[in-house]
Amino acid sequence: MLEKAIRGSQTYWGWLIFLLLVIGVGAGNFIYQFFEGLKITGMSRDVSWGLYIAQFTYLVGVAASGVMVVLPYYLHNYKAFGRITILGEFMAIAAVTMCILFLWVDLGQPIRVLNVMLYPQPNSIIFWDMVVLSGYLILNVLIGWNVLSAERKGIHYPKWVTPLIYLSIPWAFSIHTVTAFLYQGLPGRHFWLTAIMAARFLSSAFASGPALLLIICFIVRRFTKFDPGKEQMRTLASIVTYAMILNVFFFLLELFTAFYSQIPGHMVHFRFLFAGLEGHGRLVPWMWAATVFAVLALVLLINPSTRRKEDTMILGCASVVIATWIDKGMGLVIGGFTPNPFERVTDYWPTVPEVLITLGVWATGFFILTVLFKVAASVKEEVAGY
Amino acid sequence: MAMNRREFLKIAGFSTLLGLGGKAAFELLAPGEIEAAMEGIPLTAGKKWGMVVDMTKMDERIMDEAIKVCHRIHNVPKVENTKQELKWIWKETYEHTFPGQHHEYPAEAYHGRNFLLLCNHCTNPPCCRVCPTAATWKREQDGVVMMDQHRCIGCRFCMAACPFGARSFNYGDPRKAPEELNPEFPTDMTYPTRSRGVVEKCNLCAERLAKGQIPACVEVANKIKKGALTFGDLADKDSEIRELLREHYTIRRKPELGTGPNVYYII
Repeated sequence: MLEKAIRGSQTYWGWLIFLLLVIGVGAGNFIYQFFEGLKITGMSRDVSWGLYIAQFTYLVGVAASGVMVVLPYYLHNYKAFGRITILGEFMAIAAVTMCILFLWVDLGQPIRVLNVMLYPQPNSIIFWDMVVLSGYLILNVLIGWNVLSAERKGIHYPKWVTPLIYLSIPWAFSIHTVTAFLYQGLPGRHFWLTAIMAARFLSSAFASGPALLLIICFIVRRFTKFDPGKEQMRTLASIVTYAMILNVFFFLLELFTAFYSQIPGHMVHFRFLFAGLEGHGRLVPWMWAATVFAVLALVLLINPSTRRKEDTMILGCASVVIATWIDKGMGLVIGGFTPNPFERVTDYWPTVPEVLITLGVWATGFFILTVLFKVAASVKEEVAGY
Repeated sequence: MAMNRREFLKIAGFSTLLGLGGKAAFELLAPGEIEAAMEGIPLTAGKKWGMVVDMTKMDERIMDEAIKVCHRIHNVPKVENTKQELKWIWKETYEHTFPGQHHEYPAEAYHGRNFLLLCNHCTNPPCCRVCPTAATWKREQDGVVMMDQHRCIGCRFCMAACPFGARSFNYGDPRKAPEELNPEFPTDMTYPTRSRGVVEKCNLCAERLAKGQIPACVEVANKIKKGALTFGDLADKDSEIRELLREHYTIRRKPELGTGPNVYYII
């Protein structure tokens, strides 16, 4: 099936070459970082994770959200989603790849990464994160590829794939739960030490992932003859709506606990994010932008007339993606580290090489996504007899 | 001097345990040093090391000297970007050492006054719990929280987990630290330097404990003022440190988190 990826329009090739260029720039900067060390980033003693881990956290959510098209089809026999489950699975593959890359570029000693397997430590959440992420990647490659090639041949996919599909459903929930556990079990980091973290992660994932998938569906429809379908997109939009409502609700629960209890350690991180602390407020406009986008998303998506109209639906979805990307990315990571354990504030802002490496990883993900979606769309076109 | 295979393996094993590789291990094995090393190791077994910082005796000079000797004998370099600085032992004001404890009517003697801070060598250390490679671990025989800089992958999970800010990351290559700030680096040829991209922190002078010596900061502090720093075995009820804890009211940093810090402050 991979041969489908090497036959495409000029736009397709142009896009791939553009992505390769961005990957090249990112790789060049990574080599620089590899030899100089992480000192070329904006990270510090106090803010020891930054843009990379922020992207990682966000993208685990995108990966997990593939389950939102898989689950209705396989567990509820919602036939309409049969057409797009492959897109959910392929998006998960691209997202998990980016997650692994973001973790890797964040390491101080990237060549020692296999130490995690050589000296496995079940008490470390990173160990479990490695297990669930690599497992999820393998599951989606096996399922996606086999189901698609069976569809191409007009046969039912092999029987051994079925248990893997069922396994992939709880597995998707596990990857984001484990990612939340990276944060929510650390003593002395009040912003992260909250039992609702995993639930917040999942709700935000199930809003942002399908929202991104919807946007990509529109792009697929625009550039290929494959139509993901009107009903499918509408159902996806409903899923995004419910998940985003839950996500905002969970966030408000956090605000209530912090500000009604009036415990300084719980309030201070929100103060830092939304008002700034001791004159440090670089994230403030970002957090308010996230708030505005979240409200806009809810208005556009809850209102049936704007949710059903395609352009406003897309605008709503884009707002969801932006709001959750800020909130579960930089907001979560930097907000958790600031102020530090001494109640001091250290500024963090990504440097140019750090941003370029980040863009390189994103471009790698989009490269994989483009190739996989090209294959999927071409197979669908072929089956439909175009 | 004769040494059979069993003895050699024993020492080699212990030196690996201590995180001393290559050159340092060789020096441990160097003729003349062997008896000291063999005696030193049992000295540290079955102990629970702890430290008391007596703030009634502590002053700026003692703290500065303690910091200086520690960073010198452990090859901790100075770097240009202070946000990425490395420190094993350092000073911090009362308000920031014990956040949440201070109030608007502070005792004059403590308002804005510096305290001496180091790794607490916690009884239940979260940094060790989160490490994906056991590059940092709690040494069973005496409770020292150790670091293996050859195994550390530099994920910095331990830095997020430590509620005491005790861990430093080598953002750059310490061997390439700016010369004008580190004219004599490495400052101690008997202690290894680190590579870039690994975490480091106070090791309670494990290399000195192995030789039956007390941590360098304690030694230096006591030379200036007796009793400013007390190091000892918390498991021994007759030890000097237990005596101090019996006789004085002491506080620890963030005891409510349950990590069990083993550095106590007399105020």
